[in-house]
This record gives sequence, C-alpha cells and structure tokens, in this order.
Amino acid sequence: MSAGPPAAPVGARLPRLEDPRLVSGRGCFVDDLQLPGMLHLDILRSPHAHARIHAIDAAAARALPGVAAVYTGTGLAQFLRVLPSAGGMEGFNAPEHHALAIERVRFVGEGVAAVLATDRYVARDARELIRVSYEVLPAVADPEAALAPDAPLLHEALGTNRAFEMRIGSDVREALERAAHVVRGRFVNQRIVPNTMETRGAVAHFEPWDERLTVWLSTQAPHLMRREFARFLAFPEHRLRVIAPDVGGAFGAKNNPYAEELLAAALALKHRAPVKWIEERQEHMLVTSHARAQTVELHAGVREDGTLLALHYRLVADMGAYYHAITHIGPMMTAALMTGAYRIPYAATDIVSVFTNTTPTDPYRGFGRAEAAYFIERTMDLIARELGLDAVELRRRNLIRRDEFPFATPTGHVHESGDFQLCLERALERFDYEGARREQARLRATGRCIGIGLTTHAWRAGFPSVPGGKGYVISGWEKTSVSIDPGGTVRAVIGTSPHGQGIVTTTAQIVAGELRIAPRDVRIIHGDTDAVTQGNGTMGSRSLVVGGSATLLAARQLRDKAVRLAAHLLRVPAERVTLEAGVFSDCGDPARRVTLAAVAAHAFAGPQDLPEGLEPGLEATAFFEAPNFTSCFGTHACVVEVEPQTGEVRILRYVAVDDIGRAINPMIVEGQLHGGLAQGIGQALMEEASYDAAGQPLAASFLDYATPRATDLPRFEVELTETPSTVNPLGARGIGEAGTVAAPPAVVNAVLDALAPLGVRHLDMPLTPHKVWRAIREADA
Amino acid sequence: MIPAAFEYLRPRSLEEAVACLLQREPGTAAILAGGMSLIPAMKLRLARPATLVDIVRLRGLAGIVRSAEHLRIGALTTHAALGGAPELARYPVFAETAGVVADPQIRHRGTLGGSLAYAHPAADWPAVFLALQGEAQLFGPQGRRSVPAEDFFTGIFETTIGAGEILTEIRFPSVRERSGAAYSRMCLQASGMALVGVAAQIMLDAEGRIDHASIGVTGVNAVPFRARSLEMRLRGVLPAAAALRDLCATGIPEAEPLSDPHAAADYRLQMLRIHAERALGRAFERARAAVPGLGYSAPVTRDGEPVVRP
Repeated sequence: MSAGPPAAPVGARLPRLEDPRLVSGRGCFVDDLQLPGMLHLDILRSPHAHARIHAIDAAAARALPGVAAVYTGTGLAQFLRVLPSAGGMEGFNAPEHHALAIERVRFVGEGVAAVLATDRYVARDARELIRVSYEVLPAVADPEAALAPDAPLLHEALGTNRAFEMRIGSDVREALERAAHVVRGRFVNQRIVPNTMETRGAVAHFEPWDERLTVWLSTQAPHLMRREFARFLAFPEHRLRVIAPDVGGAFGAKNNPYAEELLAAALALKHRAPVKWIEERQEHMLVTSHARAQTVELHAGVREDGTLLALHYRLVADMGAYYHAITHIGPMMTAALMTGAYRIPYAATDIVSVFTNTTPTDPYRGFGRAEAAYFIERTMDLIARELGLDAVELRRRNLIRRDEFPFATPTGHVHESGDFQLCLERALERFDYEGARREQARLRATGRCIGIGLTTHAWRAGFPSVPGGKGYVISGWEKTSVSIDPGGTVRAVIGTSPHGQGIVTTTAQIVAGELRIAPRDVRIIHGDTDAVTQGNGTMGSRSLVVGGSATLLAARQLRDKAVRLAAHLLRVPAERVTLEAGVFSDCGDPARRVTLAAVAAHAFAGPQDLPEGLEPGLEATAFFEAPNFTSCFGTHACVVEVEPQTGEVRILRYVAVDDIGRAINPMIVEGQLHGGLAQGIGQALMEEASYDAAGQPLAASFLDYATPRATDLPRFEVELTETPSTVNPLGARGIGEAGTVAAPPAVVNAVLDALAPLGVRHLDMPLTPHKVWRAIREADA
Repeated sequence: MIPAAFEYLRPRSLEEAVACLLQREPGTAAILAGGMSLIPAMKLRLARPATLVDIVRLRGLAGIVRSAEHLRIGALTTHAALGGAPELARYPVFAETAGVVADPQIRHRGTLGGSLAYAHPAADWPAVFLALQGEAQLFGPQGRRSVPAEDFFTGIFETTIGAGEILTEIRFPSVRERSGAAYSRMCLQASGMALVGVAAQIMLDAEGRIDHASIGVTGVNAVPFRARSLEMRLRGVLPAAAALRDLCATGIPEAEPLSDPHAAADYRLQMLRIHAERALGRAFERARAAVPGLGYSAPVTRDGEPVVRP
C-alpha cells in the first residue's frame, strides 16, 4: 500500500499520555457535569418479566414538590417515535420498541414511567410513589423453550418468538455422511453482563441562541449516536452535537442508542431545560445490553487422518426481548468465523434467533468472534479426546498453512494473511508444552488434578462497510485530520472515540513518527462531533487498525506538504529535504535548515510566497477504509489446578502469544491483552447473567454476579509476533478483543483436561466451584 | 443509589445516643458505625431507617485492652486495626479473619461491633465470636448487660440487642496455655462473603489431647452456630489429621445448610466439613506451638503461614 512502514516512535513502549490526568482524578465523566437549572430523570422499571399494564397512577408522584413531570409510554407516544433499532434486514421480524413500555412489559427492568425532577433525590422519591397495576403473563426466559409451539408469545403482532432464521455456509450433509468419524456436541456460551466501570449516563441541553442540542453521552460512537438521535428526535443532524467526555469503559455495550438517553434528549427539548440521567449499577445489570447468549449443537465430520472435513452448527441465539443496535449481527459473525483457524472444506451454521423475556443482547468485547472461537476450540478438544489425539497434534493437522493465504472459508470469511503456525510454535516453546505434559503426569501420580488447555484462535478486526446496508449502519471507514497551528503545535482530530484503549497515545505516536516530533507535542481531539465532524467510533478492534491507518495517511499528506514548503523556503528540490526532530534540512548541505514551526508559520503568514499550486495552511484529511477485515490470530496455553474436594479452579500459568501485525506501542498491546484476558477468564470461571424460568434475573447485582478480581488472575505471560496485515498501511491487525476471544476456551479446555481422569466429559461455563464439584461427584457415582 | 430521606444525629455520649434511640419510634432509628453494610443497604432502599444515630466518633468505643482474664475489643475497632494489632499477637485468628473480610478499603472503615450487630448470616466475625466464646457488652436504658455469643444471634439480621441498646464492647476470655484458634472459610465468588466459615479453638491437655474445643460456624445456617456435637466428640482426641477428617466427615448435625443458586445444601455441607477440618487442623498446630515456655503461639499471615520475626 503506501510507501514504507511508519517511523519511530512507532514501536516504543511509551507510557500512556492519557494516564496522568485519569489516575489523579482529573477526568471528566458525564456525571461530573452540572448545568444550571438541570432536571434529573429517573425511570420506574418493571419488576415482571412479562405483564400487561392495566393502569399507571402517577398522581402522588406529580404532586411531590420538585417534580416537573411524569411520563408514561402512552404519554410519550404522542410526541415520540419508536426507538431506532436493528431488524433492518429483509425478512427479519422486527418488533416495535418504545422508550417506555406501552401496554406490555417484556423483561424485568423495562422502563414503565419516567420522572423529571429538580434533583436526583426527589426524582427517586417520586418514582416510588408511582403505582402500576400489572396483570402478570406467562414468561419465557430460555430460548429453546421460547421456540416451543405453546410458548408464551412476546410480540403477538409477530405471531412467533423467532426473530430470524438464516443459513450461512456451504452444503455439509454429503460431507458429514462420508466422514470417517462424526463428533457431536453441544456448547453454551452463556449470557453475561458487560459491566463497564462507569455505568451509562447522559446530559442533554438545548441552547436556543444557536438552536443547538448538545448531548454529553457515555458512548463509544458519538457520530452514530448523533445520527440516531437526529432520526429519533427529527432534529437536524448539523444542529445536534454529541460529546463523549471521558468514558469509563464500553466494551460494545455503549454502541446502542438507549431509551433513557434518547428520552433525556427529547425531554431537554420539550422542557427547554438541561436533563441528566445517570444509570445505577443495578439498572446497568438489568437494562444495558447483555451479551453472548448463544448455544450450538454441532456435528463435526473428521477424516481418518484427523483432518476436519465438515462442520455443522445449529446455533440458537438469544436476542432478548427486543433488538438493540446490532443484536442480529452476533450470530451471523459467529457463523462466518465458525471454522476458526482451520481448513474445513464444508461448513454451515443454521441460525435460529429468538426473542425471550430477558434483557436485549448486543456486542461485548469479542462480539460473535468470541463465541465462534469458544465453539470451535472446544470442538477441537472434543474431537481430540474422542479420537485419542493430542490437542496440539490435532490442531497442527488442521491449521491453515502460511502458504494458503488469502484463504476463503466456506462461510464467506477471507483470512487475508497470517502465520498461525508461528504463534503455535512460539507458544509451545515458551510454554514448554512437552515439559508441561510430563509435569502434569508426575503431579497426577501424586493425586493432584492438573489440566493443560490451549487455543489456536483466529478472529477478525476492523470491519469494512457492508454495501447496501440498511437500518443501523456502521460504516467501515475512519477519518483523521492532522493540522499544524501557526505556532507550530500539532493536532490530530480522529473519528474514533477511545475510552481506555490508549488510542490517544498510539495516535500521537503515529503522527509524531511521520512528523519526527515528540508524541507529547501532538494533541489528539476526539469524541466531540462539533470538533470531529465525521467518524464511526471505537468498536470491533478498529480504532488503531482503521483509524490509525487514516491517521498515518493524513500525517503523510501533511508531511509531504510541509516538505514542499520547506523545499521552497530552502530553495532546494523537495527530494533533497530531510526531516528529523522537527527540523527540515538540505541533505546536500545540512547547515541549511528550517524548523517545522517556521514552515508552519510561513504556511499561514506568507501566502504570497507559496510554491505554485499550494494552498495556505498546513492541514490534511484522510479517510481510510480497509478492503477486508484484518485476520487476527494467536495461541494461548494455560495450566490449571482443580481442587477436587471443593471444585475450586486455580490458573497456575497462562501464556498468550498473539500476532499484532505491527505493534505501535507494545505496552498498550499487553495492557489490552491483560484486560481482555481478565474478562475472558471471568466468563470462563465466574460470570453468568442467569434467569429463573419465570424470567426473574438471578444475578442482578454484584452480590450475585461474580466478576474477577486481581487475586483471581494469574500473572500473564504475553508474547507478540508481528506478521504484517495486508489490508492496511500500518500492517496492524487489532488486539483489543484477543483476550476475551481466547481465554474462555483455553481455560475451559484446561479444566476439562484436568477433570478427564475423573470421568468428566463436558461442562458449560462458568466453571464455578459448585458446578465443578458436582460434576466430579456425578462422574464418580 | 439514592437513599430515602433520613434524619442524621451525632450524639456526643453513649447516654445521649441511647436517648436518641429511645426518643424515636421503635425500630425506626439505626446506629451508624462504619456504615459499610448499612449505607449500601440504604442506597438500595433495602434499609430505610428514619433516623441514623452516628456513634463512630464516640470516644472509648474503639481499641483493644488485654488483662489477665480478658481480651476486650471496643465495638468500633475496625477490621484493619484487628488485622495489625500487636495486642493480638497471641490471637492470630483475628488477623486471619480480618484479612479475609471484604477488601482493604472496607476493612479500614468497617467495625467488629458493626459486623456482629448487623448479623449478616454470611459474615465472618460471628464464627470467631462463637468459637472464642466471646461476650457482647451492651449499654442501654437499663444500664449495662453482657450477652454470651451463643445467645447473641437470633435470626437473619437479628440479634438480642434490645430497643435503645448499643453494642459497646466484645469481651473474650484470655488465651490459655496450649491453646490455638484458626478461621478457615470459602467465600462466595460474587459477594466475597462466607459460603462457609469455620472458626475453631482448641485447648490441649498436657498429653497433647484435646481438652476442650469450641467451633463457630457462619454462612451455613440462617444463624451462626456452635458445632456442639463435634466439640464433644473431639474431647480427649489426639488431633491427628485423619482423626480430624473422620470426625468432621461424620457430621455436624447442627448444620441446616441454606440452599441458593450459588451453593446447594449438599455442597455447603461438604464445604463445611472440609473447612471445619482445616480450621481444626490449623488451630491444633497453633495450640501445639504454644507450648509452655514459649508462652504464645507464633503470629501467622493471612494464609495461616507462620510469620518469621527477628
């Protein structure tokens, strides 16, 4: 693509530029905002999973001093549209979704009434005074149960609980019939809660003097929100300003225009007063998108030699009660990546997506790809066990070889490039796989319950645009503008919206590399749609891969212009100008030099003296869209010990080797891996947003929903390989989701390896002590 | 996370605090100590006292005093203080327990008295309180009274503390020679509270047999309890590992384990046996280390490992 790799300080372990502010309490989050005359929004929520609303009596709430208004679903419907949501694909069943429930509630937590009051305390008190009379209806929380012919219907107008059905892949029947072995299994990737450290929140403020609506939002995609808010409110998009201030984590769950946020904006317009809504933790666990919630029944056809011939999944995907922004994409992504890193000539997934009386699902770090990796990596271990093969040997026989790229899978995914064996062999060496197996045998002989698990995962990042997309579209391009001020300072305006990924630092490194200046001299502007006119946001491990590439291209354009200007000032041809440490010089006569700052000053102050055809100013903008997803891959290996008496699992060792394509800042890459691994291990061992049969959530607070603490985690041994990607000029592949993609199967494979001698063949996540203990007892019985 | 409205009082003496409590409708005023349980419950509106009587700054209610007969711990002594108190060098079970209560931030505000008075069925301290045969010192409208640990807990979040009464001090018999105590527990993954917690105290006779054992159990039943049957059967036993295991495995009939999504009753019961065995084993090690001449048991870390001190 573009000429040459990026320059230093790219590749440096630069401490994150955003950290001093954040770790010393100088951050500014949505809840830090205070505006004069601000009203506070509080939502009364359904305690029932499924019920008809007969009446809502808000008289006492309205009478409470300080209450500005109380709204119900029917009241709002008189001036508000339905929520923007997915289901925009042909043939999909798309239920209407309102900001507050009308006539019926369909999950515990669905909004029923909204209070607007002068402070949060009054709003909360008023909420308690609202009386709702419900007629409780039969509910269904389990997606398989929701498919039964006599299951309670969530959306009567649809006549079915099926959201959509779809087949992705090739014909597999004939191949399965002629396979030497057919391995069957059923794997559940359980429902979990994203649990961002900062819950969601919004402050909306209409300024009549400029006819401008500003919404401060804890979001990862301010431009998508601007578009969706404009649609929902029928408000001109160019007068709508969305600002993502500091955002305390999103993980895919802050990529949906939520009811409360849209309501805050609508009510700010209606009441001509700023409106603030801050989500409580328990609300977060009830109404912010849940994730995963996929189950596959699989048939894997294997040849005599242990190579896979065919793979079929029946995938049941739990949408929850409604669609959120891109709920439907999850199972489609899982299906597309079902073959993982392996050469499987015939593969297909039959997707059945189902509505249930539960919180809607949507992306969470690893969306679709984590599920795919879990299913295929568990499948590989299942096959290895049934065929009596070593898990590594089976993988070696099936991995796509480095000379086979680009590799098109039967499910429509193209692995653009890669070296899967490199990560595998590097990890085995670092892990000392043979030695670990010997040690395992030795310890087993002493009665200890040790297991080894690994994954050779492949996933993808940096999605391209989908032609002809409708509904909630997220385009694949990203935009960066880089400019130099008259005084010589540099700024980059980026369309991604980082909130923990370290993109401020890596973007500065890329710009500084091109302009040969220090990263701290580059200011990164993001998250304010009035300052950043267009963008798509931060999700799907795209910010560096796609956004960073736009930045590289813009910085190069800017440097090229600055070089022309410097050549003009030095009176030499541009080819003779070199740039080092912010100074241009004549390579023939290094004493002849002009600083970047002087060139910038001239670009603005000396327009009469510019080279032919050159515009004043120093600014460049680039849009970048990748022709394909990047291929992301790696090998993780871990050792676990199970305490058979108690069922407790301890991870003794965790080695992660991932290919980063090109590491802009290896320290940030490692940090991304650490965080993702923690979340992945959380899913493997602890986390589950479970419901009882009546649709009541069983883990709706941190008292019941377990997330990993530092003491639950091992020391991570992370190693990176760099096989440049072919689909972007940086050569980067994306790393943000590797941990959540790889850790669940690595850990579960290890635990089941540990339990194999005890006769335990299968367990579904999370592998809690109680569950492991019971499995051991039942196998023993 | 917005509590219901409440009245906040900060009396300057115990007598004034009692008066504050008595002046309010019975059951409407709550005592605020460290606030580590009460405040979150209020924010979730699970607790909604009309009045908070803040006693955390009252003088004389925090601290540790050792005498020949007693170890006296002020109700407002924090978990963190119990974890690091030199006065408790002969009572390593305090550091061991303090080290597993919640997290360091909470340990620096939460108090022993608050934990006992709150009477959460999965709190850690009730087990130690029972095993060390503590007595709760209460101050109230009728003056002072003392309640033995076994009579203190009456239900889930319920104690014998009466209207207008305040828990001021927890008193334990002084440690005897050839005795040791330990706390072993398994925690719930989400809340970090005890799925099962067992505190055991063992006193050995001159031959190294168990002269007396007392065992407190938390997290298993709705109310923390003494494992009296096991205590009886331990008497006269030479506490080898196998003997302890057998005794623990054959049953703790007082156990009526709770069953919830985190742990079914049979699992709780099995974990109780395992942690009873562990607590007894460690208590025995400490008792044996506390031979005459050395004077007291060696301090241990949170994991129960001995701390080497110069």
